[in-house]
Amino acid sequence: MPEKTAVDSQNSKVADTPVPATVEPETGNGTGKARSLWSDAWHDLRRSPLFLASSLLIVMLVTMAVFPSLFADGSPTEADLANNYLKPPNWSHIMQPDWFGYDIQGRSVWTRMVYGARASILVGVLVTLIVTAVGSVLGMLAGYFGGIWDTLLSRLTDIFFGIPFLLGAMVILTTFDKRTVWVVILAISFLGWTTIARVARGAVISVKQADYVVAAKALGASTSRILLRHILPNALAPIIVVATISLGGYIGAEATLSFLGVGLSEPVVSWGVDVSRGFQSIRNAPYVLIMPSVLVSITVLSFLMFGDAVRNALDPKLR
Amino acid sequence: MTLIDEAPMSPYQGDDPDSGEPLLEVRDLHVEFHTRDGVAKAVNGVNYSVKAGETLAVLGESGSGKSVTAQAIMGILDMPPGRITKGEILFRGQDMLKMSDEERRKLRGARIAMIFQDALSSLNPVYSVGYQLGEMFRVHLGLSKKDAKAKAIEMMDRVKIPAAAARVNDYPHQFSGGMRQRIMIAMALSLEPDLIIADEPTTALDVTVQAQVMDLLAELQREYHMGLMLITHDLGVVADVADKIAVMYAGRIVERAPVHELYKRPAHPYTKGLLDSIPRLDQKGQELYAIKGLPPNLTRIPSGCAFNPRCPMAQDICRTDIPALQPVTERDGGELVGRGSACHFWKETIHG
Amino acid sequence: MAELSKQNEPVDATPSVSEVDVADAHTEAEAVAAIEAPVERGEPILQVRGLVKHFPLTQGILFKRQIGAVKAVDGISFDLHQGETLGIVGESGCGKSTVAKLLMNLERATAGEIFYKGQDITKLSGRALKAVRRNIQMVFQDPYTSLNPRMTVGDIIGEPFEIHPEVAPKGDRRRKVQDLLDVVGLNPEYINRYPHQFSGGQRQRIGIARGLALNPEIIICDEPVSALDVSVQAQVINLMEKLQDEFNLSYLFIAHDLSIVRHISDRVGVMYLGKMAEIGTDQQIYDHPTHPYTQALLSAVPVPDPDAREGRERIILTGDVPSPANPPSGCRFRTRCWKAQDQCAEEVPLLAIPERFQGEDTPAAHESACHFAEEKDVVHAA
Repeated sequence: MPEKTAVDSQNSKVADTPVPATVEPETGNGTGKARSLWSDAWHDLRRSPLFLASSLLIVMLVTMAVFPSLFADGSPTEADLANNYLKPPNWSHIMQPDWFGYDIQGRSVWTRMVYGARASILVGVLVTLIVTAVGSVLGMLAGYFGGIWDTLLSRLTDIFFGIPFLLGAMVILTTFDKRTVWVVILAISFLGWTTIARVARGAVISVKQADYVVAAKALGASTSRILLRHILPNALAPIIVVATISLGGYIGAEATLSFLGVGLSEPVVSWGVDVSRGFQSIRNAPYVLIMPSVLVSITVLSFLMFGDAVRNALDPKLR
Repeated sequence: MTLIDEAPMSPYQGDDPDSGEPLLEVRDLHVEFHTRDGVAKAVNGVNYSVKAGETLAVLGESGSGKSVTAQAIMGILDMPPGRITKGEILFRGQDMLKMSDEERRKLRGARIAMIFQDALSSLNPVYSVGYQLGEMFRVHLGLSKKDAKAKAIEMMDRVKIPAAAARVNDYPHQFSGGMRQRIMIAMALSLEPDLIIADEPTTALDVTVQAQVMDLLAELQREYHMGLMLITHDLGVVADVADKIAVMYAGRIVERAPVHELYKRPAHPYTKGLLDSIPRLDQKGQELYAIKGLPPNLTRIPSGCAFNPRCPMAQDICRTDIPALQPVTERDGGELVGRGSACHFWKETIHG
Repeated sequence: MAELSKQNEPVDATPSVSEVDVADAHTEAEAVAAIEAPVERGEPILQVRGLVKHFPLTQGILFKRQIGAVKAVDGISFDLHQGETLGIVGESGCGKSTVAKLLMNLERATAGEIFYKGQDITKLSGRALKAVRRNIQMVFQDPYTSLNPRMTVGDIIGEPFEIHPEVAPKGDRRRKVQDLLDVVGLNPEYINRYPHQFSGGQRQRIGIARGLALNPEIIICDEPVSALDVSVQAQVINLMEKLQDEFNLSYLFIAHDLSIVRHISDRVGVMYLGKMAEIGTDQQIYDHPTHPYTQALLSAVPVPDPDAREGRERIILTGDVPSPANPPSGCRFRTRCWKAQDQCAEEVPLLAIPERFQGEDTPAAHESACHFAEEKDVVHAA
């Protein structure tokens, strides 16, 4: 650089002088630390009461699923017909076996609710993982490569959207003799992946037109680099939002199918099974039905709230 | 701040004694936005006025507050997050900020109209342009559908849309960018308002179309004897059509002047810097003059004069005292009508 | 003068690729070697011949059939010389951005050739294409969408090294990135920050740093300052000029702002509806335009001088630019041209030195695609 010109000295000034506000990048808080969009979202999330309340509930539910013995004594299958037949709740015995009373076979309603969390949460979480993995990979490939793959995927998702969920699930599940948790998970995943695939496809199509993707192509980046470094991180936000919101829906779906008698069945302990059982004694002992139903609703609601909070934090339009 | 409070006694009062009352007068307007990063002070004490038949250009970069001021005048500011904390907006002497919503709605469109930068998103894609043009007449004047359509065709003719009668039932997307901007102008003019606010009306258009649209706007303004407030960042457009100019920076007016004066002898270092950074023929091969640094963050406007970190003339006083918009005079103290500069060193800038 | 006449050959008609010569590089290795070879200053480094890009218009959901084509670029030829800046101006839809994408090999040309040091890059692949990519870089218009918001500035500027690892050894990259930040006038400590923490002008500097990372020979700038604030534009233009001298770059500078193009360019090409209307040195184009479109364009530009507005003669064109899907026959500009005659509808004017100026030593003797080319000094008319 022979001529140290006006702009030179200016630029070095921009780079070097520490104080004036114009030199700082446009960070709002003035600290000027590195702030990724994810950390910004996390910053927002931590202040959202919706997020705090729902995550508290979710942490509790997950703990319940993993360590049920922390919450309830005894076994969910322990039946004492002689002493406990439809014994009404004792509201003051918090977290005791007789807290919410006993069911028609003399089993503790509370204990069964605690142990039922495992099946429901397992179904919810695993279905979400499978659906998100399958859906986003297929959606991403179809969205990125377009052409015949896109047409195929779009028509396929159209077909799946045409199948009423409950009817489809019932048809699939009734073909199995033994309906374990895994069978239910696979059935719901089979019907559920198309939603995520559509979301992923849409997100990828909008991201792939961005200039930074063009810039990476111009540099000669490989397709896998473009997909993994540029497209996926930017298409992830809507996928995560839809996944968390649908998690609650999958839990509800499990309960519904079990209630209808095509999902899980005894001896598996699950909320859906309990609700279905409780239905039989709705006149004499409504609490046997109401308590697990309330828990299902709270669970579904917490995941919906969680998803909502995540969406608020990730949606750039609200910024 | 106290210095700015005196601003209603601005140099604009009493200029041009032969013309009458100002149509629109903005006095000491303050607008702020509450964002997640704090309070952004978008407008910090703006004063200006427009008379009938006059073109005021409000010149500024993004974030200078020029569009926010216009939105506050039109009553289309998003509130919240926006908030008008102080000031008056007088239309024919009446404070619009004190009017009821109903009164303001009646003024809007009928007496004051606005033209936006993006004509495509300002027009409703599901209605034909004729219907949207006619709506003005149906709602405000109570014309029948048929009469409104006839009026719509007349307006389209006025803004020189070829084959208006044949195209009246077309939808916005069937028109080109320049034609859509003409339709916007036709809508703005349909009720013969006293004042038009045009926010970057030609920025989205191509150069050759831009010239057509600006010419049309200027011609119609003369014909209807309207006031025109042109909000833009383009020094070329301003030079072509404006009568007087208000230059905004960080929510304040830093300089005002009649158009010829401003280009000849800027009295504020920011204006001077902008004019100097235009590429000129004789500078070919040399470096362009560039204002150093970046426009300020509105949540953290520098103390004193907001321009001081970028200003080549800045002294200690510039970092502590906010300069008021003071009258600019000739070297010998002779009056310069309609000129003002918010710089501690305006004398050095204009005469030195 | 010999130099000038060579440039001024009617390239439209006879695609003559001279100098480095096509060299018949059949093997990839030969092609790479040709690409790595240096080019003398002032020699053509990029030669575009008869470049065409048609985007098919299709209809139908499952079975798509073509119902027409958008003729975005329709037969364009020009040279870019080593170390010079060639400005391309034109209105939206004239195809200037498509030209950029074709030169970057981001779109496949429908027809025509692009010779980079004698190698036709439209036919290259593999190692040779990668070598070309390293040498031709791009700066984008919108600094807000051209940087990946999920990557740090260091990752963005360092990505070229990950794609072309031979340029910088791994341990060296962080320092290189910091050097680049320094070169474009940003604080090297900002390496871990994210794009949204910067303003538009700073982001454009980051984009320029990314473009410089691989030490390219050509940078294609697609409206690099039009999204920036007026006071920041001059800073970026100055930076680009400084970098050109420092790194011996050739620029293809695409813009619609005529005054900035004039400031930075050595030669200027004017495009209209997918064709080159006129091309010449900046002085030939701005002071001695012979194509009516150039004249109209120059006269329509608002001049930042209020004293000029009364005296200035302005050519206000009527109507809008026709659709590139259905361009007019003959001369594309004839529908808006005040000189149009029957001949204009029938014959496509070639881009060549107009007959009346041939052999004359006047600045008007430059390539212009008009049947009735005549000089008209619109800028100084006042």
